[in-house]
Amino acid sequence: MRGFYTVFSRDMLSLRRRFTKHALAGMVNPLLLLIAFGLGLGRGVKVGGVSYLEFIVPGIIALSGMTASFSAVGISLNISRRYTKTLEILLTAPISPLAVSLGKVLAGMMRGVLSSGIILILGFIFGAKLSLNMAAIVIILLNCFLFASLGLYIGLTLWSHEDMSNFTTMVLLPMAFFGGTFFPLESLPLGFSAILYLLPLTHVSISLRAAMLGLDIPVASILIIPVLGIIFLYLGMRAFRKGDLT
Amino acid sequence: MILVEDLRKNYGRVKALRGLSLEIQRGEIFGLLGPNGAGKTTFIRILTSLTRPTDGRVWINGLDINKYPEKVKRKIGLVPQYLNLDQELTAEENLEFYGRLYGMATGERKRRLEELLKFVGLAERASDLVEGYSMGMKRRLLIARALMPSPKVLLMDEPTVGLDPQTRRKLWELITALKNQGVTVLLTTHYIEEAERLCDRVGIIDEGRLIALGSPQELKNKVGLIAVEIMAPDGVKRRFFRNREKALEYGSRYYKENKCDFLLREANLEDVFIELTGRKIRE
Repeated sequence: MRGFYTVFSRDMLSLRRRFTKHALAGMVNPLLLLIAFGLGLGRGVKVGGVSYLEFIVPGIIALSGMTASFSAVGISLNISRRYTKTLEILLTAPISPLAVSLGKVLAGMMRGVLSSGIILILGFIFGAKLSLNMAAIVIILLNCFLFASLGLYIGLTLWSHEDMSNFTTMVLLPMAFFGGTFFPLESLPLGFSAILYLLPLTHVSISLRAAMLGLDIPVASILIIPVLGIIFLYLGMRAFRKGDLT
Repeated sequence: MILVEDLRKNYGRVKALRGLSLEIQRGEIFGLLGPNGAGKTTFIRILTSLTRPTDGRVWINGLDINKYPEKVKRKIGLVPQYLNLDQELTAEENLEFYGRLYGMATGERKRRLEELLKFVGLAERASDLVEGYSMGMKRRLLIARALMPSPKVLLMDEPTVGLDPQTRRKLWELITALKNQGVTVLLTTHYIEEAERLCDRVGIIDEGRLIALGSPQELKNKVGLIAVEIMAPDGVKRRFFRNREKALEYGSRYYKENKCDFLLREANLEDVFIELTGRKIRE
């Protein structure tokens, strides 16, 4: 596992140097959503017995953790493969694909945790009564793991920057809207909500919401998240082994 | 030091390498000379495990690169064609992280990076961000980076491309100094002068095959040492001769018979390439 910490600490150094930039950039989108839907549209609306703000804060934490972790790994890997070619530094070094993958994923998770944390704080400031318990923290971490691993796999597989942005528009964006973020899945016709259970983010949203509202946590959902994460991590490592990345 | 046996690489239907075999001796500067697209970069990419060969085998320092990629990677340093330095970091940090990836101990890293920054003449700019470096400085830092873990073999892909003549010469001095330290150097180039002046032996590669191999002098001997270029109405004609007298005699006779100007010069590796392929290295 030599090299893992070096890969990780290189990305952490970059995060430290651009902390303010990352923090601000990670804040804009979720903040808009929080104000528009949580405070604007949702004022006085109740969903399933809680205020709409309390309903969507866990959803927005999930979605910003997803976006931040995914891009931190996926976009930067893609750029370092295709444009700066700095990925070759890691590829030609005597370290294992596992060490590179874990280093990248863990660093990506940090970015996701940062984004999630910001929303959490904003949520509390806006007056959402939510509990940040152990279960919620674990789910937030698993969420970041899942999407950092997805970023690893996609960033190593898709060829161009354009493909990356298409993936974001066609997969991540719809998931952000339909993955149990803004409305309860039960409010949709049965067939449709069944489809939405296929989205990884759905499982994060519903379990995180349950944890933060002190409800029963859907165990199956919590298990699905790390399993998917491990699958993507494995696929990413396989891409490293295959070569021809740059 | 490097043994290559019938190496082949296909990218889809494109055959980048078509059975390359060669042996590079310990401590020599070996140049792979050929036009763009000849397969030079593909060869380097295979040696560094950036791509896998379709067929054939390579041993570096006695180790099969397919079986022991990590062990082989410890032995080799790569100076790539493009300047893939970490632009967000300083020169020092670039070397520091690189040393860590190779498992060097803290004290050794510090000692080695100071020594190398001095060696490539960047000690005074060590704590500047690489972003602000000139191209020549970046190239020199690339070399320092590759040397960080004290590799036994240094692979350089077009190391002086895009450099001004002065910086190029400085780099040649650096490379020669490395050879004197016992490092085996394999470099690719499409600069004739680089191959002739710097390399102990040169392999000429074209369309994925090695078409000639030997010291620059041996290769030139094959075509003849002196070239006569005749400015014929239908283009330049070249003839090669063992010595100046014979060449002059031929040129003078041609001049008397056809009233064509001619010039005498020493043959170079470009001539060798033209004789072998009928084409120039850079077209």
